Amino acid sequence: MSFNLDAKIPSGPLSEKWDKHKFEMKRVNPANKRKFTVIVVGTGLAGGSAAASLAELGYNVLSFCIQDSPRRAHSIAAQGGINAAKNYPNDGDSVRNLFYDTIKGGDYRSREANVYRLAQVSNNIIDQMVSQGVPFAREYGGYLDNRSFGGAQVSRTFYARGQTGQQLLLGAYSGMMKMVAKGKIKQFNRREMMDLVLVNGKARGIIVRNLISGELERYAADAVLLCSGGYGNVFYLSTNAKASNASAAWRCYKRGAGFANPCFTQIHPTCIPVHGDYQSKLTLMSESLRNDGRVWVPKKINDSRKPSEIPEDERDYYLERVYPSFGNLAPRDVSSRQAKFRCDEGLGVGPTKQAVYLDFRDAIKRDGKEAIAGRYGNLFEMYERITADNPYETPMMIYPAVHYTMGGLWVDYNLQSTIPGLHVLGEANFSDHGANRLGASALMQGLADGYFVAPYTIGNYLASTPLEKVTIEDNAFKDAENAVKLQTSKILGIKGKRTATDFHKALGHYMWDYVGMSRNEAGLKKAIDGIRKLKEEFWQDVNVPGDTGDFNIELHTASRVADFLELGELMALDALERNESCGGHFREEYQTADNEAKRDDENFTHAAVWEYTGQNSSPIRHKEDLVFENVKLATRSYK
Amino acid sequence: MASTKNMTLNLKIWRQKDSKAEGKLVDYRVENVSPDMSFLEMIDVLNQQLVKKGESPIAFDHDCREGICGMCSMMIDGKAHGGFKNTTTCQVHMRLYKDGDTIVVEPWRAKAFPVVKDLAVDRSALDKVMAAGGYVSANTGNAPDANSILIPKPIADEAMDAAACIGCGACVASCPNGSGMLFMGAKISQLALLPQGAVESPKRALDMVQTHDLLGFGNCTNHAECEATCPKGISIEHIARMNRNYLKAAFTYHEKKRSEGGG
Repeated sequence: MSFNLDAKIPSGPLSEKWDKHKFEMKRVNPANKRKFTVIVVGTGLAGGSAAASLAELGYNVLSFCIQDSPRRAHSIAAQGGINAAKNYPNDGDSVRNLFYDTIKGGDYRSREANVYRLAQVSNNIIDQMVSQGVPFAREYGGYLDNRSFGGAQVSRTFYARGQTGQQLLLGAYSGMMKMVAKGKIKQFNRREMMDLVLVNGKARGIIVRNLISGELERYAADAVLLCSGGYGNVFYLSTNAKASNASAAWRCYKRGAGFANPCFTQIHPTCIPVHGDYQSKLTLMSESLRNDGRVWVPKKINDSRKPSEIPEDERDYYLERVYPSFGNLAPRDVSSRQAKFRCDEGLGVGPTKQAVYLDFRDAIKRDGKEAIAGRYGNLFEMYERITADNPYETPMMIYPAVHYTMGGLWVDYNLQSTIPGLHVLGEANFSDHGANRLGASALMQGLADGYFVAPYTIGNYLASTPLEKVTIEDNAFKDAENAVKLQTSKILGIKGKRTATDFHKALGHYMWDYVGMSRNEAGLKKAIDGIRKLKEEFWQDVNVPGDTGDFNIELHTASRVADFLELGELMALDALERNESCGGHFREEYQTADNEAKRDDENFTHAAVWEYTGQNSSPIRHKEDLVFENVKLATRSYK
Repeated sequence: MASTKNMTLNLKIWRQKDSKAEGKLVDYRVENVSPDMSFLEMIDVLNQQLVKKGESPIAFDHDCREGICGMCSMMIDGKAHGGFKNTTTCQVHMRLYKDGDTIVVEPWRAKAFPVVKDLAVDRSALDKVMAAGGYVSANTGNAPDANSILIPKPIADEAMDAAACIGCGACVASCPNGSGMLFMGAKISQLALLPQGAVESPKRALDMVQTHDLLGFGNCTNHAECEATCPKGISIEHIARMNRNYLKAAFTYHEKKRSEGGG
């Protein structure tokens, strides 16, 4: 077996590729669009915007979400903002600048053509969202306001208080609801995708579990769009929502979709630290806080004084010290690692010593409490509710946490995976952020894929592919459904002694300790061995009460954990094979004298794309070479 | 006041097998509850104990656990989300309770929200209200430049206050009439305030209110329980704006049937 990893990048100059491609792509005429059905899995920014846009064009859309309403997808939790190259503040921004910052921010491990297109459509997204009534922050003159975010020296981030993701998602959702009312979208809530159905090698449908009745359902279509988000919850503790999981993507991988760069995970620097082993998730504090907050630790080890008692010259504002030009706005991977270094040196603060301060004292002195409350009031309230500390009076305590996964299913320029007809959008794909994502770029990518890329490329696929008639009575559907049934009854039949969450937590420890912020060969091998054993134990000792014919929350959890156990191993393997450091992937063996990531461009300027070969054989690592024609590969520096 | 030591709590939790079965309150005891736990983490601990005993865990809705997705619900001691100011259930922390407390946990109770199982209810009626008009009819495409529509900051801020609704349904569950008017009013008001949304404001108000009533939500009789319980602090002023829009539309909005043929 081998993958065809042709990225299908259009020829011609970078800035003309997308235009040229749009011209050359085949189109489905307006009257014929109603003859096609498209499945969209997930209703976050990518899925919601794609479903609405495809339905507006005239396609029949079947949309699925795991929550009780499409409005609850995890895009909703994004706080800080969305980037666009509008250059409204006149600070010299441009499409090329946004493209360059994103490529550099990703540590030169993303695809030039995709990233350029992302920057190109970024401006349309803002226009589109404003036209739908998204209440972005405004200046007194009525114009849109911007702020700055990590990894950039311009202010290109649009925001709606600390709830930008929510407002954008509700915009996309409202577009969906409009098309639901018109009958062009059929919405299915509380459904979880259990398998992808292939007919003649093409993605033609899905099997889902109705989470309320427990029944399996079959749906057929002409193309499938997977918009199921990232897999950060493989770490158990992350900033992801509890229902966020990898299963939809993982089942596609097992059906033949390549999984690219699974080890590229983003650890976000500003989260509320872990406080107990009962903890179920970690809460992010928006990166926008670093616009005004200063990050520091005491200079002295085991300094037990209150932060207010530590004088100025005994504080180490380490980001400002190490990266004078970017300061507190250094990119996420860099900032996270620096926090870890300080805590490893014994300079951490708080009861667990696994935290650093994020201090607003100087900003409040400079701009006044009211101005700071205007910018971050809701975030401060949220912090106080969780920790019982008031950040207006005492610095926040923060620590890095798993937040986003840059890796995902491999896609070409058309966002199609290695399976014809299976297109992958948003965080679920791998294409745009390389080894590290810049802040406020996830919302941009989800909406770019859903509003302005997939609606055209899906048309091209449908117009140029012979699609035989398929119904849910076909054997492919029966076989896929039976395989899911078999796995479910296997899980239910074990009746062991440990809960699925026990296994998930144990997996999380391996992942965080050995496949987290800092990785090395010995640790990764240990993780692989440990996870394999854990997987065996899971299949012998998990206990799931109840049966299938019911809203069985424990069964849902166990089924997801079974997939996380397999994915965790692949992530460790991918990290082991990538003998370099880049972006969020920090291999201790490959670092510069001052502890920065040391890339190996000669051997690793590629995306690693994994091919599934069966339960008992090792996956195969393929490569898509990344060609840089417009950007010179340089050592990333934020000093 | 706030507890700092671990606690033992007595819970009375609504158990109901499915939408058709009868439900009842069941007693549980949870020990060693840390004051730093969230309310849902405390339920997690209880559920893990139940699963270990081979019993069915308590079904409840939750997802982001940071107060924004609107998935979590629960009437805690008779109050939606526990009745703490601007707080969703997932953001209620156990330090608000003391050792030995008895806490009663029930699902949202409203005609429009049938119970699905235990503490989970079906809120799809809220989506139906939105589908009736909770949007601006702007298709994806070449929208005008974002800065071509100027919006005064105070108006944008007020629209944002309304837009902050997370669609949890606490307003409905708290209202003696089971009314969805704060939920609906927030959307109608947000879009009426903005020039983009004002264009179809009359039709939106008429269509949404009609759908709301058909779905079994009650009317607003100014109890203001919704505002008191709303985890996002949304004001009933938005219901007032909705009413003004609705009344004006009822008198002035007419749409003649016209043929769109031609060529």
